Amino acid sequence: MHLEDLAEQAAHYRNEEAHIEREVRVCVAASCQSSGALPVLDALKSACDSRGAGSCKVKGVGCMGLCSAGPLVAVADKECDLSESLLYRDVTPEDAPEIMASVCGAPVERLLCPTDQPFFSRQQRIVLENSGLIDPDSLRGYIAVGGYAALIQALTEMTPADVLREVTASGLRGRGGGGYPTGLKWSTIAKMPPGQKYVICNADEGDPGAFMDRAVLESDPHRILEGMAIAAYAVGASKGYVYVRAEYPLAVERLELAIRKAKRAGFLGAKVADTQFAFEVEIRLGAGAFVCGEETALMASIEGLRGQPRPRPPYPAESGLWGCPTLINNVETFANIAPIIREGGDWFASIGTEGSKGTKVFALAGKIQNTGLIEVPMGTPLRDIIEVIGGGIPDGRAFKAVQTGGPSGGCIPEAHLDIPVDYDSLKTLGTMMGSGGMIVMDETSCMVDVARFFMEFCMSESCGKCIPCRAGTWQMHGLLDTLTKGQGTRADLARLEDLCEVVRATSLCGLGQTAPNPVLSTLRYFRDEYEAKLLGDRAP
Amino acid sequence: MPRPTPQPNVRVVTLRIDDRDLSAREDETLIEVCRENRIPIPSLCHLDGLSVWGGCRLCMVEIAGQGRLVAACSTRVAEGMVVQTDTERLRHYRRTIVELLFAERNHVCSVCVSNGHCELQSLAQRCGVDHVHLPYRQVPYPVDSSHEMFRLDHNRCILCTRCVRVCDEIEGAHTWDVMGRGSDCRVITDLARPWGESETCTSCGKCVQVCPTGALVKQGTSAGEMVKDQHFLPILARRRHAQ
Repeated sequence: MHLEDLAEQAAHYRNEEAHIEREVRVCVAASCQSSGALPVLDALKSACDSRGAGSCKVKGVGCMGLCSAGPLVAVADKECDLSESLLYRDVTPEDAPEIMASVCGAPVERLLCPTDQPFFSRQQRIVLENSGLIDPDSLRGYIAVGGYAALIQALTEMTPADVLREVTASGLRGRGGGGYPTGLKWSTIAKMPPGQKYVICNADEGDPGAFMDRAVLESDPHRILEGMAIAAYAVGASKGYVYVRAEYPLAVERLELAIRKAKRAGFLGAKVADTQFAFEVEIRLGAGAFVCGEETALMASIEGLRGQPRPRPPYPAESGLWGCPTLINNVETFANIAPIIREGGDWFASIGTEGSKGTKVFALAGKIQNTGLIEVPMGTPLRDIIEVIGGGIPDGRAFKAVQTGGPSGGCIPEAHLDIPVDYDSLKTLGTMMGSGGMIVMDETSCMVDVARFFMEFCMSESCGKCIPCRAGTWQMHGLLDTLTKGQGTRADLARLEDLCEVVRATSLCGLGQTAPNPVLSTLRYFRDEYEAKLLGDRAP
Repeated sequence: MPRPTPQPNVRVVTLRIDDRDLSAREDETLIEVCRENRIPIPSLCHLDGLSVWGGCRLCMVEIAGQGRLVAACSTRVAEGMVVQTDTERLRHYRRTIVELLFAERNHVCSVCVSNGHCELQSLAQRCGVDHVHLPYRQVPYPVDSSHEMFRLDHNRCILCTRCVRVCDEIEGAHTWDVMGRGSDCRVITDLARPWGESETCTSCGKCVQVCPTGALVKQGTSAGEMVKDQHFLPILARRRHAQ
């Protein structure tokens, strides 16, 4: 297959829809579904049928971002301007006839959600470019917006070395949290001697309050497959796995369907797009262990072993799945690949900051007006994300801290809100980018309690292999529990700090090494809260 | 176990450990070189003849120019490496880890059959543990006496998985495994059935001999009577490889 053939296909699919005067898009991602999007979808469909055949189309689409206002429905009329669709919030099935009956220029005012608000206008969408626009279950829909063109382009017009050059030039860094340069990782695996190699997509998103990967998988699953196939071509792999947690049934369902359809259409399989390149993808379900997001534990789990990490080196690039060189990247990393191939590495590198290129998807959660999913260029000040895009703190309360990086990250106080968000700046603040979860806390949150919560999480998710993490997190949780109850002494606080250092320095994997971070960062910025809870002031 | 591929071109490197210049084959790990040269490195999970585990974190050492500590059992030597095995910081970490173990389960030496012959006990003495600064966890665990020759006391187990590895890698039975998470992990026989009912156990007793504490012992021993012999392991392991 050539690029021209694919372009023809895409044009054909677009033409098929040309007669549709009104397109109604209903968000059917997990969040909107849980607030009742499916009945809305059905009601709109029957309202559409009664309106007259062929002139309108109702389709389920992926995440539109503003989850707190779900179920969301977008209406695009051809007679108006198609690019400007109307957005309705908190839609119920009873609203369906009214929405369908509304005419261009006279929308249903009471449901209207302004799309010119900063939440939408300040975003820049690369990873989420199709999210909320296309039907995740439809391969045709993906091809119609230019899907799989990057894969065909890579296979027919580029050598693996060309692909590596573009990805390296893009400056893309791993979106799973560590921020390892993607081009460097790919080149390492490409340089390993030819033979069996694997590509793994890490979709074991387990951080509390993070839902970026879920949204991408639920909204645009073909994008991940395309990114993985391009990666496999670049590094010389023929087999891929998507390791996705079983707690994401909708994502798994859509991904399974996407794999089946991509295979049938020849975008996966023995001869991808009629070239000599072969690539198969399988899904592996995680059984609920947070530690399986750690790459060596994840691979052990795929192999059917107990999901626990092993010492590195050897790194997966050298000896990974079944001892073979293995490329392992996060969902969002793979989601960036197709645009990089399509637009070029230099284009991608022009977005973001010096050390962190491109955009980053964040999941806004906690005490914030606009809960949901956003994508902003790297380097966007944290204050803009929270106060402008996120709409600030509800109920007139004051902002206290934002937690990034999940149980491996830390809390950032008001004083540092003007920092531009990228991998390096967050590190200097004692936290990390992580996979992109942002939990906002207001003045009512107790920071010692926040630290205790994350420590409880780490304790119950410790695999038990190494002693510092297994027994150390238990001890630290006990100490934090005592402190939150106001029964801790200064000696307890000193012991907590000491344990933080031991666990950080000696644990086997990233989970243990970063488990003290929530404590260390809250101690750094909110020490007074710890002190205020101490029992008497006894010397240690 | 797959036969190790012969490596005729293994180079020899020189490195510096605790201010001593040493030579080593480049496929050796730091702990092997240290043991060879009688540099004491504590470890409760590593055992010559078994695969590397890297779980106890007691063998952490400092390498010049590297910010992070590394585990000596899972780190290969390299030319010009400068290693410190016994700094103030490392001693503090090791002592804390040993205390974490003591606080995690019931390790009351005076009534233990391994008293006086226990690796955890002697390590604690060497690390200068005279009392435990941390609160004890005090969660009781069961004792499995169903096997006619051996006994398993989970309260004394430190989850080093030597039993799991020796049973899998040397005996080839894979009777042992680990279940659970965090501090509630337990070693189990077959699918968490009583040891005496195990259909895979060959009663060879290797697990008992490699166990560093009084978790796996012979039936009928009294306090202080359980003496273990691990000499068979490297010999057996090397014969295996030589076949």
